[in-house]
Parts: sequence; structure tokens; C-alpha cells
Amino acid sequence: MTYQFDFSSLLPYWQQFAEGLWLTLQLSAISTVLGFVGGALCAIARADGPPWLQRVVGAYVEVIRNTPLLVQVFLVYFGIASLGLMVDANLAAVIALVVNVVAYTCEIMRAGIESVHKAQVEAAECLGLNRRQTYWHVVLRPAIERVYPALVSQYVLLMLASSITSQISAEELTAVANRIQSDTFRAFETYIVVGLLYLALSFVVRWAFWGFGMLVFTRRRKLGTAL
Amino acid sequence: MSVVVKLSNVHKSFGPLKVLDGVSFEVARGEVVAVIGQSGSGKSTALRCINALETIQQGSIEVCGHAVHDEKLDKRKLRLDVGIVFQSYNLFPHLTAEQNIMLAPTCVKALGKKAARDIARDCLARVGLSEKADHYPEQLSGGQQQRVAIARSLAMQPKVMLFDEVTSALDPQLTGEVLKVMEDLARGGMTMILVTHEMAFARKVASQVVYMNKGKVWETGPGSMLDAPTTPELRDFVGSGL
Amino acid sequence: MPSFGLVHLEFLAIAAFWTIGLSAVAFIGGGMLGFVIALMRVSPSRLVRGIAITYVQVVQGTPLLILLFLIYFGLAIIGFDQLPAIIAAGIGLTIYSSGFLGEIWRGCIESVPKTQWEAAECLAMTRWQRMTRVILPQALRIATAPTVGFLVQIVKNTSLASVVGFVELAQAGKLINNSIFQPFMVFVTVAVFYFIICFPLSAWSRGLERRLNVGRR
Ligand SMILES: Nc1ncnc2c1ncn2[C@@H]1O[C@H](COP(=O)(O)OP(=O)(O)OP(=O)(O)O)[C@@H](O)[C@H]1O
Ligand SMILES: [Mg+2]
Repeated sequence: MTYQFDFSSLLPYWQQFAEGLWLTLQLSAISTVLGFVGGALCAIARADGPPWLQRVVGAYVEVIRNTPLLVQVFLVYFGIASLGLMVDANLAAVIALVVNVVAYTCEIMRAGIESVHKAQVEAAECLGLNRRQTYWHVVLRPAIERVYPALVSQYVLLMLASSITSQISAEELTAVANRIQSDTFRAFETYIVVGLLYLALSFVVRWAFWGFGMLVFTRRRKLGTAL
Repeated sequence: MSVVVKLSNVHKSFGPLKVLDGVSFEVARGEVVAVIGQSGSGKSTALRCINALETIQQGSIEVCGHAVHDEKLDKRKLRLDVGIVFQSYNLFPHLTAEQNIMLAPTCVKALGKKAARDIARDCLARVGLSEKADHYPEQLSGGQQQRVAIARSLAMQPKVMLFDEVTSALDPQLTGEVLKVMEDLARGGMTMILVTHEMAFARKVASQVVYMNKGKVWETGPGSMLDAPTTPELRDFVGSGL
Repeated sequence: MPSFGLVHLEFLAIAAFWTIGLSAVAFIGGGMLGFVIALMRVSPSRLVRGIAITYVQVVQGTPLLILLFLIYFGLAIIGFDQLPAIIAAGIGLTIYSSGFLGEIWRGCIESVPKTQWEAAECLAMTRWQRMTRVILPQALRIATAPTVGFLVQIVKNTSLASVVGFVELAQAGKLINNSIFQPFMVFVTVAVFYFIICFPLSAWSRGLERRLNVGRR
């Protein structure tokens, strides 16, 4: 038996593919931004907060990192529903992704914060900087610069993992694919197309982060070496 | 002459370890004091106490009118008057030499970028590194990094400068360039306390030498004291250094 | 409607064994393939390196979910449409794991100092001897912590095998939920099962890492 590939029957669906891709991009972008901000705050709390807060954040990070995103997505989706609220699948998807990526960002950023030597903080204090200024200029900025590559990898993974939200029928690319393949009976071709779209997107995202990094981290741009 | 730094009967312990055991000395305006002594004798700790990086258990420290031993001390006000340079430079690795120097004036004195840059240029010129303004720390030699660190402190126009073995990590040639900068500072009338192992430099530049041993000020006097030590400990120390 | 009870717990416990089994398949299969990829990545031949890089980038740039669908439907196309679900799931997770493990291990191989290569070369060892006698033993020490860490990723990602009909923990949860509709209770329990499997691995990985760092100091 030889299989006849037929990509042409997918052509009429190009608009749906595009919409799915767009939603995947939106989901990822929102989750990345919120995840970065939330993760940074958690990392600060984890590294320099009061002991009880350190423990709370630590427990949260452990729970998230040791359970699958799929289960987290279900919990958020059904959890909201069981509160008696109307659940928008896309909203539930964003919430689950943010809850997830905050934990990973926190762990990465904490490593960055802890890599800043105590002597650096002391030097800043001796120059008269207050705590907030010291934290921003001498701890956080170099910490972020140092862990930026790890963060980028994490956010690319996040973009790919957003496909999991198709399981609660968020309208992103994978959910679109699931629908199209059941319409066309061209499952293999559909997933090849979608796989290639994800692959392309992952390159674009990596590239965009690289460019952003070059823009923001002057030192990296000039020296080309990691901090 | 007015007294700028005054330590009276300072006691400091780390747990059971007594590091400063009743240290007293005075530094007048424009004076250069060299603190010498064996490793572990408490020299660094004394400097750190002066800048409120460590708290003391007993005694008093007055610096430019600030009661450093007081719990209510405003550390940031103190540090506007005191500059400190460490053995390990501690430059900020993600900032250029110029940005390292500009950071405190913009943050602490709320100066504009332009004014801060002018100060940075001026300070870099004083340490002979005008052409390195845009270099990052890792692009500079140890001696150059240490001079940038000195410039960074100078930019805040401190009334006293503290130096903790600032040349110990450098080879002789680089040591020379840093010592020259410090000598220029001394000649310019800066009040300085420097912990050093460079006996020749201490003899030449210091108006007062403080020899510390076992957490005490063992012997103190003018630079010439090193040529005629009275205590056997200082004699041994100077002898071993030559 | 029946409520969540011992029967369901038992069902989940059995499913947990399937999760562990699938993880083992993925780790062993992915480990073997990943090892080859790692060696290809440090090969002197540009062509071999290029093939390995492309493989890694494709695997790391495609969602596992899509990979699983492709294998599931791909197998059906070539005539294997009656295979047990573990085959498709096993193949998919093996490919996924090999892409990541290969890259992790390449990093470990390359983190062995250059001087070690040179020293081995000066002793007139062949490339194969240098690799097996000098480099790999050192790389292995560095590799244990991140490898155990990745094991956690594998366990969590087996949850996606539910999409090809493999009854592991997540799928068992879905099935139970379909019959009793107590999603919160069910999926919290499922999460607890995963946590019990994953947390010791995470803790072990961290412990290994700490020990390595102490050893290096
Ligand atoms: N933070 C600290 N905690 C505990 N002990 C300390 C601490 N800082 C210094 N010490 C101890 O205090 C003693 C004096 O240290 P200090 O650094 O003041 O010596 P020093 O005279 O500067 O020596 P060196 O010439 O080696 O720099 C040493 O025994 C040191 O181990
Ligand atoms: Mg010292």
C-alpha cells in the first residue's frame, strides 16, 4: 500500500491555521510577559524575603515543577468551573500557563540572584546607594543578563507547551489542527503542516529574543561574551 | 587641625573570636595613616568598622561628625563622606568603567546623565584612564580595574578614603601605577587610611603608621618608626618584610 | 452518581505504574538514541554534526503533542493501525527524550576541559580511546545531575501520551472524571501521584548537583 500525500485539501483552511498561529503567539506572549514579571517577584521573595514567604514560594515552585502542565491546565479549567464561574478556555489557558512559567522563571532568576557576590552589594552600599537602588542596579540587572539565555529557552518551551491547552479547547494552533484533521481526514498532513509552523515559530521567537537581548544588554553586544 | 576619624577603645568579636581588642587612634584632616600588621591582626575589620560594614560591641567611632557606633546612625549619610576601595576591586561587571563611576552620582546625588558623565570623565582623568571610559571591567588589567574603583569612590567627593590592601592582588608593575594614583591623592590633601603591605610606600607617604597586632594597636608613630621599631613584634614584622 | 473512592484510587495507582513504565521506556530508548546524538554532535565531520544539529533543532522546536500525533497517524498510514498505544507513545517519547538528552550530554562532554583532550592526545591515544577512557568518564560525573533532572521532565511529559489513548495517570484521571465528574478532587489526586514520583527525583538531582559543586571547589 502506498500512501498518497494530499496537502491540497488543507489549502482552504489556511485562514484557520493563521488564526490558530496568531492565538498561539498571543497566548505565549502574554504568558511570557506575565511569567517574567511574576517570576522575578517570586525570585526576589525566594532569595531575600521573610522566611515564611521564602517557604511559601519554595513550596509553590516545587509543586509546579513536579507536576505535569496538562494536569495544571485541567485543574485551573475545572477549578474555575467548580467555583460556579463561566470559564473561557483561552483565559483558563493563560492562567495555567502563567502559573506554570512563573515557577520556572522564579527558579532560573533565583540562581541568577544568588550568583551575585555579596561584595558587589557591599560596594554599592558603600557608594551610598539605598536598598532599592542596590537591588535593581547591582543585583537584578546583572542577574537577568546572566540568566537571559536560560530564560529564552524556557519561553520557547512555553510557546511549544501552549499546545497542551488544546486539551481544554483553547483556540490555539493545535486545537485548530485537531479540528481540521477531523474535517478533512488528512491527519498526517495536518500535523506535518502544524509541526512545521511550530518549528518556524520557535526559530522566530528565538531570533526575536536574541535581537531583544542585543538591544538591551549593551555589554553583550559589545563584547559578545556571556556575563 | 581637626580630627576626621577617631576610634576610642573599639572592641569587636566574631562569636568567640576577639578581633579588635580596644583599638584607639585618631586621624586628622589631610593626614595619611598606614595601618600595617600580620595577617589576621584585624586591619580589615577595623576599616570595615569605620565604614559601618561591621557593628562594634564596645567603644566609639566618630567619622566626620557621624557617631558610627550609634544604632541610629544614618549609614547612607556616613557613606557620602567616606569612600572605600577593596582588595578585590568589586567593579560592577555589567557596566563600563564610566557607567561604574556614574552610578552613584546619578542614584545618590540625583545628578543628570550629563553632569555625572562629566564627573566620571574627570575622575578617570585623575587616575590616568581617560581612554578606557567605555571599557568593561573584564577588558581592563587588575591595576586598571583598581584605578577605576578608586575613581568610582572619588566621584562621590568623600572627605575620607579607606583603602584595604588595594595592591595585594597586583604584580609589581601594576602595583606601581595604583600607588602613584594614591600618592597623588595624598599630595592633593585627601585624608586617607590605608591598610598596606607596601612598607616602602607607607614610609614615604604616611604621616602616621599604626602597627596592629592581636587586635590591638601595638605601636604607632611617624613613618620613620619603621626604621627604629621599639617593640620586638614590630621589629620582627618589619624584618620579615625586607 | 458514585463519588471518588478507593476503587478510583486503585485505578490511579495502576495507571501510575504505566506512567513509570512508559517513562522507563522513554528514558532507556531516548538515552541510547540521545547518546548517539551526543557523540554525533562532537564528531569531527561537519556532515555528521549537521545531521545531529538538525535532528535536535527539529525535536526541540516541535511540541511533543504534535510529535505524538504525527507518529500515531504516521504508523496508521504505513499499515500499523492496530498497534497498542504504548508503541506510539513509546516511540514519541523516545524521540523527544533523545533530542534533549543528546543536547544535555553534548554540553557535559564539551565541559570537560580542552587540556584533557590534549593530554590524551599527547599520550598517543586514538580518538576512540580518548573518548572512552578520558572524556566520557569525566563527562559522566557532570552528566548525572542534569540527567536525573530530565527524568522529571520525561515523567511529566508521559501525561501527553493520553492523547494517543495510552492509559497512564492523566488519562486515568480523565476516565474517572468522565464517570463521576468531580474534576477538582480527581485531578488534585492525579497531581499528588505525579508529585510523589517526581519530587524524589528532583531532590536527588539537586543533591547530586550540590555534591558535584562541592567536589569541584
Ligand atoms: N565575617 C567574619 N566572620 C568571622 N570571622 C571573621 C570575619 N571577618 C574576619 N574574621 C576573622 O577576624 C580575624 C581578623 O580578620 P581581618 O580580615 O580583619 O584581618 P586582616 O588583618 O585584615 O588580615 P589580612 O592581612 O589577611 O587581610 C581573622 O581571624 C578572620 O578570620
Ligand atoms: Mg584584610
